[in-house]
Amino acid sequence: MTFQTLDIADRLREVGYVADEALALAVELAVQLQRPLLLEGEAGVGKTEVAKALAAVLEARLIRLQCYEGLDAGHALYEWNYQRQLLAIKAREREALSAREVEAQIFSDEYLLRRPLLEALSQQTPPVLLIDEIDRADEAFEAYLLEVLSDWQVSVPELGTIAATAIPHVVLTSNGTRDLSDALRRRCLYSYVEFPGPEREAEILRRRLPGLDARLAGEIAGFVQALRREELEKKPGIAETLDWAAALTGLGVERLGGDRETLQRSLICLLKTEADLKAVTPEVAARLAAE
Amino acid sequence: MADAPASAIAARMSGFVGHLRLNGFALGPAETATALAVLAQDPLDPARSRHRLRALLTGRPEEWRRFDALFEAYWYGRGRRRDGVERPPERQRRNRAQQRLWRSHLGEQAESEAAEREGPKIESAAGEATEGEASGRLIAARDERLARTDLRHIVDPAEMAAAEALAFRLASALRFRLSRRQRLAAQGARLDLRRTIRRSLAHGGEPFELVRRRRPEQPVRLVVFLDVSGSMQHYSRFFLQFVKGLVCRWLESDAYLVHSRLVRVTDAVRERDSLKAMTRLALLAEGFGGGTRLGESLEDFNRHYARRALNARSVVLILSDGYDTGSPEALAAALARLKKRAPRLVWLNPLLGWRDYRPVNAAMQAALPHIDRFAAANTLDSLAALEPELARL
Repeated sequence: MTFQTLDIADRLREVGYVADEALALAVELAVQLQRPLLLEGEAGVGKTEVAKALAAVLEARLIRLQCYEGLDAGHALYEWNYQRQLLAIKAREREALSAREVEAQIFSDEYLLRRPLLEALSQQTPPVLLIDEIDRADEAFEAYLLEVLSDWQVSVPELGTIAATAIPHVVLTSNGTRDLSDALRRRCLYSYVEFPGPEREAEILRRRLPGLDARLAGEIAGFVQALRREELEKKPGIAETLDWAAALTGLGVERLGGDRETLQRSLICLLKTEADLKAVTPEVAARLAAE
Repeated sequence: MADAPASAIAARMSGFVGHLRLNGFALGPAETATALAVLAQDPLDPARSRHRLRALLTGRPEEWRRFDALFEAYWYGRGRRRDGVERPPERQRRNRAQQRLWRSHLGEQAESEAAEREGPKIESAAGEATEGEASGRLIAARDERLARTDLRHIVDPAEMAAAEALAFRLASALRFRLSRRQRLAAQGARLDLRRTIRRSLAHGGEPFELVRRRRPEQPVRLVVFLDVSGSMQHYSRFFLQFVKGLVCRWLESDAYLVHSRLVRVTDAVRERDSLKAMTRLALLAEGFGGGTRLGESLEDFNRHYARRALNARSVVLILSDGYDTGSPEALAAALARLKKRAPRLVWLNPLLGWRDYRPVNAAMQAALPHIDRFAAANTLDSLAALEPELARL
């Protein structure tokens, strides 16, 4: 087995995603081995962004399948367009076709509704397939996914097996609301995404918000880091940090230690529950800003 | 010349995969082969290789976190005895002591007899429940007398066994009534082609009436807390069977024991082999003894498990007599937080079935405002009455 080197970390950085080495190498390996990559971690650490950034790096199309409870093959894979089929049968009733001919017509590609998974398998160039929040889907669906992810093919009873024209790069994300099956885990490469450290978070801020003052970026990153160590119901994610930084810039804040009241009011960008907002009093905020 | 080091590396690598396997990683020979190929990629950069191997060989957060220690232990010989080294004799000795502790809850002969009795019976009991007689009422009718007796008055070993089996079957039957087969529904999302065509016959083959179907609402997710403190002794063995039945049959369920602290027992009670299940339970019951600390235990749950275990369709079931040694305020606060995440909270109190019992103790009083349904649970009938609670939210 030989691999081409990809320098994924640098290329991800170019499109605005600052990954740590472990994650970048996992992404690189997933591309090289053509294996799906399962990303776990708390909400807001940037799991979904990985897929978007990867699509940008590879200049591939991003196909997204958002999982939810009750998601079934009909919504994820394919479905026959029943209405059109019935219509076709009625329209050709007088043509005196044999049952076999009718069948050949109505079970053809034309009447197949392609859902994200089948769509991803039938691209000419490998797309990036994002299966978001797989833990929200039922276990039955997870089992269904196994065939797609290991053999890159789909069995449609009326048509036979449809094999992938190009193997997609698959990224699965999970928030850990349910334990995933071992079978699925074994088929995937795995990476546990942590919140970034202060330097990396500051770098993310600088890349995403080029107008932001470098010193303020460092302070914001430090504040959010300290905030995540507090006992909170919901820890602020990277998207929240970015929102907050944008809000602070908009409010004309230059140093965090400056105007207490503005700081306190802007915290709604970071804290999303009532209890958390109450827990972070102006005193706590001032202490965190000083850290 | 080049062959020798390659085979040496291959041997080391399969040794490493074996080392991980010993530590509970689920890995096969295919992983070893891929790992070798990955290692060959840039053999001179151990840090990068480590990241790559970690992505390849781990599959869950715990493994991800342990990988570094295991990697260093194997390749650099560091901290070899620190992690995952089992010392069976000591542990077994502890098991035995703890199993004795459990006997009061599980009955004297639970360990030996239960093993013979229950192994195959779980299957047959489940089979019965699924074969047609799925009304959920069957059980109450068949063993009416037993079902109505207060569980603490059942002393005859044979009756005890029957009552335990009944509790298990009851739970299984509850589950069956809530299956997820697609049903006809006027507003369903999917077309039922078979029935549509059948009905079109009446209109000369014109598919006039479109018949739809949909999946019924998903059954609720169940989280059970079973109080196994001393005061619950007479009831907890039956309840344990009931909980076992619920958890074995209910895919989305979670079981916890509560005494002086909280123990998650879902996997232990799902164990088919009941001797093994008992051993696992006994292992989990470290620190057993003392009173119940419901408030603290529930707070522990809120902090560590709630996000995973609860969703918008959860029913929390607490089986406890409400004799709590912790502070009532802590209990009320924990229940209030729990209630935020779980739409329904059911408290089953065996004492409530007693003639003169009034829930006046401080803990029960503190808990009452947060409870959606407060019911008796001293007979098997009263357990069966749970069904509508679990059917739908």
